Formats: sequence, C-alpha cells, structure tokens
Amino acid sequence: MSAETFKFRTRMRTLTDSAVTALSILATVLVVAPLVAIFAYLVFKGASSLNLDFFTKIPKPEGESGGGMANAIVGSGILLGVASLLGVPIGIGGGIFLAEFGRGTKFANAVRFTADVLNGVPSIVMGLAVYSLVVVQQKTFSAFAGGVALGIMMIPTVCRTTEEMLLMVPHAVREAALGLGVPNWRSVLSITVKTASPGIITGCMLAFARVAGETAPLLFTALGNSFMSTSLNHPIEALPLQIYIFANSPYDDQHRLAWAGSLVLIVLIVLAVSLVRYVTSRGVLKGAS
Amino acid sequence: MGVGIEVKNLNAWYGTNHTLQDINLNIPANHATALIGPSGCGKSTFVRCLNRMHETNPIARVTGSVRIGDIDIYADAKPVQIRRRVGMVFQRPNPFPTMSIYDNVASGLKLNGYSNRRVLDEIVEKSLKNSALWDEVKDDLRKKSGASLSGGQQQRLCIARALAVDPEVLLMDEPASALDPVSTSKIEDLIFQLKSQYTIVIVTHNMQQAARVAEKTGFFLNGRMVEFDATHKIFTNPSDKRTEDYITGRFG
Amino acid sequence: MTRIRFQQSLDELKENLLVMAGLAEQAIQRAIEAYRVRDLSICDLVSRSENAINRLERDIDQAALDLLAMEQPMAIDLRFILSVIKINADLERVGDAAKSISDRVRSMEQMGTVELPVDIPRMATLSSEMVRKSLQSFIEADAEIARSVLTMDDAVDAMNRAAYKALTKVMEEQSHIAPQALNALMISRALERVADHATNIAEDVIFWVQGADVRHAKSVAKQAKAQAAAAAAAGNTPTP
Repeated sequence: MSAETFKFRTRMRTLTDSAVTALSILATVLVVAPLVAIFAYLVFKGASSLNLDFFTKIPKPEGESGGGMANAIVGSGILLGVASLLGVPIGIGGGIFLAEFGRGTKFANAVRFTADVLNGVPSIVMGLAVYSLVVVQQKTFSAFAGGVALGIMMIPTVCRTTEEMLLMVPHAVREAALGLGVPNWRSVLSITVKTASPGIITGCMLAFARVAGETAPLLFTALGNSFMSTSLNHPIEALPLQIYIFANSPYDDQHRLAWAGSLVLIVLIVLAVSLVRYVTSRGVLKGAS
Repeated sequence: MGVGIEVKNLNAWYGTNHTLQDINLNIPANHATALIGPSGCGKSTFVRCLNRMHETNPIARVTGSVRIGDIDIYADAKPVQIRRRVGMVFQRPNPFPTMSIYDNVASGLKLNGYSNRRVLDEIVEKSLKNSALWDEVKDDLRKKSGASLSGGQQQRLCIARALAVDPEVLLMDEPASALDPVSTSKIEDLIFQLKSQYTIVIVTHNMQQAARVAEKTGFFLNGRMVEFDATHKIFTNPSDKRTEDYITGRFG
Repeated sequence: MTRIRFQQSLDELKENLLVMAGLAEQAIQRAIEAYRVRDLSICDLVSRSENAINRLERDIDQAALDLLAMEQPMAIDLRFILSVIKINADLERVGDAAKSISDRVRSMEQMGTVELPVDIPRMATLSSEMVRKSLQSFIEADAEIARSVLTMDDAVDAMNRAAYKALTKVMEEQSHIAPQALNALMISRALERVADHATNIAEDVIFWVQGADVRHAKSVAKQAKAQAAAAAAAGNTPTP
C-alpha cells in the first residue's frame, strides 16, 4: 500500500467514524427529545397550579375554583399497592417456575404463551373482565377491584422479565451451589434469584410504571370517587382517572388541575422507581443473606 | 479425615449416549488420584458421578455402585446429603457474584442452616488458611465481593468454600486449567497439603500436573478405564499400549 | 501421528549414538589387531579416533539433555533417552579401554615378544563379540539379544581371573619377562572392562525396551549359585 492510499483510507475511516457518531447522537436526541419536551411542557402548564392545596385538598364541586387532588394521589397509591401485592409475587413466582422448574415442559410453554397473550389484552377489556368477575360478584365498585385489574396487567411483564433475568444467571453459579449440597429450591431462591435480582427489580419497576398511568381498567372497577377514601371496598379515585375526567370537563380550573396532576403523576412515578433502586442497590452490594 | 472410594460396574448414560462403561476402581483414602485422558473420554462424567452432579442433567442415568466410605451413594443416600460430604471445585472459578468473600466461604454452611456467628468466623478463617488465601484477603473479608479477586485467588476461594463444609472427599475438575503457571503451582502445593486430610480426585489434561501431585493415576479412553496404577509406573512404564500412546503424545 | 518433530529428534539421537558406537567398536577392533600384528601405525589410528569419540559424547549428552527439558518425554521415550545417556558413557569408556590397550601395545613393542600363558586373542574375540551384540540389540531394540550378552560376561570374567593368576605367577617366577607379563595383565584387565561395558549397554537396552532394571541381578544369582556349589564341594547336604 502506498503512503497516499494509506492516508486517504485513514481519512475516509475517520470521516466515517465521525459521521456514524453524529448519527448516533442524533438518534439519541430524537429519542430523548419527546420525553424532555413532554416534561418541559407539563412543567410549563402545570407547575403554576401546584400548591399545598393540591396535595391536601379534595376537588371542589364543579364551577368552584381551588381544591386539589389529594384523594387521587392517595387513591393511586392504594391501587398500586394492591396491584403490586398481587402482580409482583405471582409474576416473580411464575418467572421462577418458567426458568427453573418447568424448563422444557409443555405446561411451561402454555404458561408462557398465556402470559404473552395476557400482555396483549387491551386495558379496557381487562377492566371489563374484572368488572364482571369482581365488581358484579361483590356488588360494588371498589379499590380492590381496581387493584386486581392493575395487578393482573403487571403479571406478564414481571413474569417474562424475571424468567429472562434468571436465565441469564450463568450455569456455573448454580452448579457451585448444587455442588455444596444445597437443595435445589434453596439454590434457586438464595443464589439464582439473588444474582438476578437487579434485573428482576427492574422488571417490577417497568410493570409498576406502566400500570401507574393506566386509566381504562379503572373506569369500571375503581370507578372514581370525589371524596377522600381509603377503603378497599368502596370506589376510589386515581390520578390518571382524575386527570382524564378533569381534562374532559368544560372548566378551566379543572384543566389546570389536570395539567398539574399529570406533572405530579410523572414525578411520583420517577420518585418511586428511584427510591426502590436506591434501597435495593445498597442491599444487593452488601449481599447479606 | 478422608475416606476411600470404591466403584463397581459403574455405567453412565446421557440419554442414549453410553458415556461410561463398566468402570471399576478403588480410590485410596488420603491420597490424590489423577484421572487423565483425551477430551470426551468420560473422566469428567465419572467425577460427576462421584457426587451425583451427573444427575442434575435430566437425561442422565447411572447404574452400578459407588461406595464412599461405608455408604453406597446411590442406594443409601440422597444427592444433597452426598454433596455435603463430597466437595467439588470446577474448571472455571465460580464464586457467588453477589456475596462477599466471607459470605462465599460460609455459603455452604449458611445455606444449610448454620448461623452461629462465632463458629462461622472460625470456620471461614480455617478454610481460608487451608486454601492459602487467608493472608491475602483477611482485611477485606466482608468488604470485597468474591468476584473482585484475581483468577487464581478466585479458585482458591472456591476451594475454601468447598472445604468449609468439611467434606471427606474433594473432587477437582481441571482446577488449574484456567490459571497462569504461578497460580497453578500454588494450587498444586495446596493439593499436596490437603492430601493428609481429604481424599482428592483430580481430573486433568495436564499430565505433568498429574505426575506432580497424584500418587495414583487412571487413564480413561472412550468411556472405559484403560489403566489404573501408581503414577510413577504409568509415566515411566505403563502396561497398556494405549496408555503409552496417549502419554507420549503419539495419539493420532 | 503427532509429535513428528520429536520423533525425528529421537531418531537423530539414535543415529548419532550409533555413529559413536561404530567408532568405539572400530577402536577396539583396531587395538586388538594392533596387538595381534604389533603394528604401531594402527595404534596411531586408535589415538586419533579418541578425540572424535569424546566430542561425540559431549554432543549426544547435550542433545539428550535438551530433549528432556523441552519435550517432557514420558514412559518409553523417557527410558530411551536415559539409556542413550548411559550407553553414551559406556561407549566412551570402551574408547578409553581401546586407547589403553593400544598404549600397552606400544610399550610392549619396545620389549621382545615372549610366550605368555594367557590367550589374549580369545578374550579379545569374546569381548568384541559382546560389544557387537550389545550394539545390535540396541539397533534392533531386541531384549533377547541383550540378555544373551549378559550370559557371556561370566566367561570373560573367568578368563581375566585365570590370566591374573597365571601372569602374577610369571612375574614372580620369571622376573626378566615381568614387564611383558604386566602389560599383558593390563590388556586383559582392559578387555574385561570392555566386556563389562558391553554388559551395561545390554542392561540399558533391556531397561529401555522392557522397563525392567536387571542390573546387579546377575551377581545375586551368581552368589546363590556359588554358595550352592561351595556347599556341595564341602560334602554337606545342600540346604533346601
């Protein structure tokens, strides 16, 4: 190769490198931009309506100004609590079964298929299903029903992520545990699951963030409630539900509350996820059993 | 103290693949026994039959008897019980990545229910000393994770972990093959010291290593054990031509 | 077949040892011939080949050492290289014995020829035959031929002992021919040593081919035979 050719090719290579780097940055910006834009817009529209009242007062009757979304915030919290209590254990349990105990069996394949189908069920259909299964049986709309609907929606995500993360644990680690005379179930729980726990927790967070913003399943289960309620057997308000109703109302006051509510919803989700990450990452490093 | 291992008519299958055929041998207590042979000859399968790890594969099957000490490990006991008496060290070091050094060594005990802190401390120290790792890690026992050590140190950590449950037999499947020569020497010296307390079976590709550490050596070929004799005899004047062809490197 | 280069190195080592063997054997033949015909020019030939033999000894030892260090030989290869090293040493000593004999022949040349009660030529034939056979057993890797060499050593030993008795008697009773007798005695000793070296070579071949260490076994057997013979001669009932 002559010196000229070498220099030319080197320059071409450098140019290509720069071009691809620029494209990657552009792509990243394109992905992040909508998120930033939405957040910025929400701050713009909603931050002015945020005050102490927002977090402490329930909505005023239509037409009156003031009031807040305290009941919706508390309601969302309760609904997500119930949903997590239902969705996380079942999802993780299912994931453990699929990865560790049922590998290759027809039953496991059926379970996996079911989870994937469940994932694709439209959220409104889910709400209607829980309506006929729970609300009609109990003869009341309730926080419990809402929680069940959201919980069922969490299951497929948690289950599949758990399975994937467990499968990524190297076989050598399992063998090490088995070689020490640890029973298989103990090895799965204390070693394999623990090793995969960062990924599993991420899966739970993903599911949580997703259902935190769901509105449709709550329409016919939690129903909504203008007053503060903490009872599981009565209708309850939720942030996305409240935002939906306020956004559709003719009153500006309620529109403003809707914007504020959207901002708060996103911030709360981010806070919740970060908190869980922080708490569990410290725990994992310590590795205490 | 170690115990002897008596193998009679051992046959093993993976599905329809007859990986071990009619293995008969007596492994002496408190000695190191080396198993050599070309890839795929069954020596690793054999060793995994000694602690019933072979069974972790769902299509695996075993017939024949293996007596460790006075117990037939297939007829008289469950796999979990056997694996507490027969420890194993694998080819690639595999410390538990989420655990500290201390927890790694204590894992065999903790996961089986022991919790007395003082006793665990003693056992961890003793095991790390027995595996020649104590001096290098004694200040970082709980701070460093098992995976942050070098390759040679990780392997010694795995040995300490295996020793902590006080087995009678220690199985080593090519323990030094992933390590550099200095680490290999350390492991070999370790095996030499451990012989007095445990019965050691070591699978190795490295014939010089077998010659250095083991009193007896078995040569495996195509699922059969061709020759089993004193190491010095195998390497100076083996009885079987196939053994000689293998160790002189004339294997085609 | 794998390790082709190693096999070639082993073949080369064997070749070189055979060259050395040839030189040593030739030296002995020449020394004996020099004795028979009292030809000093042949003695010169023997002296010159001494250098070649010594150089070859060093080269062969070095080659063997390198193979041991670099190739980690096992079993039969290891025994082969060890045997080569030992046979190497024995062959060099055979060369020394040849030189020793030719030096004696030179001394005797200055003295007159006398009749001595010792059959040097027959000893010489036996000893060189042993050398030839032991080298043949090495070339053909034949332990049976090697074993036959071991049995021939007795005869040479007996002849040497007889020569010692006869020649010391001559030195006592006929002191005017004592120098010749002394030289003849030294030649006899040299030939006995050659036979011993041939025996060593044969034992090394057996070690290489069969992995059996048969050194000194013969002397144990000989002792047992001698004890039985002595007991019989004394008229006692031989103990079972």
